[in-house]
Amino acid sequence: MAETKVVEKKKATPISFGKKERALITDPINDNNPITVQVLGICSALAVTTGMKNAAVMAVAVVFVCLFANVITSAIRNRIPSQIRMIVQLVIIATLVTVVELTLKAVAFESYKQLSVFIGLIITNCIIMGRLEAFAMGNRPYESALDGLGNGIGYGLILLIVAFIRELFGKGELFGYKIIGATDEYALNTLNHWWLEWYSNNGLMVLFPSAMFVIAVLIWVHRAWNPKLVDIS
Amino acid sequence: MGELANIFMKSAFVENLALAYFLGMCSYLAVSKTVKTAFGLGLAVIFVLGITMPINWMIENYLLGENGLFQTDLTFLRLILFIAVIASMVQLVEMVVEKMSPALYNSLGIFLPLITVNCAILGGSLFMVSKEYNFQESLAFGLGGGFGWFLAIIAIAAIREKIRYSDVPPAMRGLGMAFLLTGMMGMAFMGLMGIDFITFK
Repeated sequence: MAETKVVEKKKATPISFGKKERALITDPINDNNPITVQVLGICSALAVTTGMKNAAVMAVAVVFVCLFANVITSAIRNRIPSQIRMIVQLVIIATLVTVVELTLKAVAFESYKQLSVFIGLIITNCIIMGRLEAFAMGNRPYESALDGLGNGIGYGLILLIVAFIRELFGKGELFGYKIIGATDEYALNTLNHWWLEWYSNNGLMVLFPSAMFVIAVLIWVHRAWNPKLVDIS
Repeated sequence: MGELANIFMKSAFVENLALAYFLGMCSYLAVSKTVKTAFGLGLAVIFVLGITMPINWMIENYLLGENGLFQTDLTFLRLILFIAVIASMVQLVEMVVEKMSPALYNSLGIFLPLITVNCAILGGSLFMVSKEYNFQESLAFGLGGGFGWFLAIIAIAAIREKIRYSDVPPAMRGLGMAFLLTGMMGMAFMGLMGIDFITFK
């Protein structure tokens, strides 16, 4: 009886969008970024960032899963037995990921083919599990939704930055459109224009290790700009 | 037998889960501060990969496939079932290890539950499906992949233990260096790409 009263009291606080709520969204974008500060969800970040298109699809998928997993878990948080909460959380996430997978298969088959197993690996994306465990299990659905949204966006932002650098320097393209360097048509053409041929693609940027280097540099820049994040240990 | 040894070597070195596909990076970066803890986590990963891979193979072929128990294509349930198997297996392994060998349990302790969300485990199972291995091959692939991951985390932990005494720019300390080092190790491992261990056949 006492427990239900507490729950009712909590619900009585009005739903508003004030400073605290805004911090829930902006915090994960900068000070508490999932990738550069919390080091969560690296695996998928590395694999899908060879092109902007895949990265954008992945970012949208993660925002979706993160948001709804947070809301659902938060809504039923008082009914989950603590011993099996991991499995309950995983089933919620896996269901949402299956929805994403089937949707992509129907709507964007090309991206689905290229992302292959990495869509499935959203399940084990530590950001989502981490947020469920650290936030959604102890907060109302409204705040959890904001938190999920913020973390999804913080993750997606880094993904897009890394993909931008890798695709631009690796293939000279953005979203598949040629930006710098000679196009295939130009290679066939006998006309040689220096302003189209000055750049030759950096093959390393397409490969996996370059994602590591790009993120390392991002961390460097982020921490130099925001010194309170520096690792003192 | 030679075929199996080939798959083992290939999944351990050429297609290393950690350094060629960059799977399981979260725990790889978080738990590689000292060699001792890295050793424990690496062992646990070998163990869990070696167990879950054959089980997931059986689920894929006897339960979900069109020739399986229900005679219908149930592959859309693959993700949920795989992750449920992994989570319950980790739970089971934890209980068994706790009963059989408290010493090992204490050294693995907190890492066992962490493995559930290690992408290398689920990723391994999904790769196994896309590569269409048979039962023995999936077992070899699981053990080889686990062994490769174990080697990789030991290597980075050893480097990170040494690099702590170097003069690194403050903003790069810790995490930044770990990322750079992993990238370089990945480049080194790419030198093995395309090698076919033909001599094992």
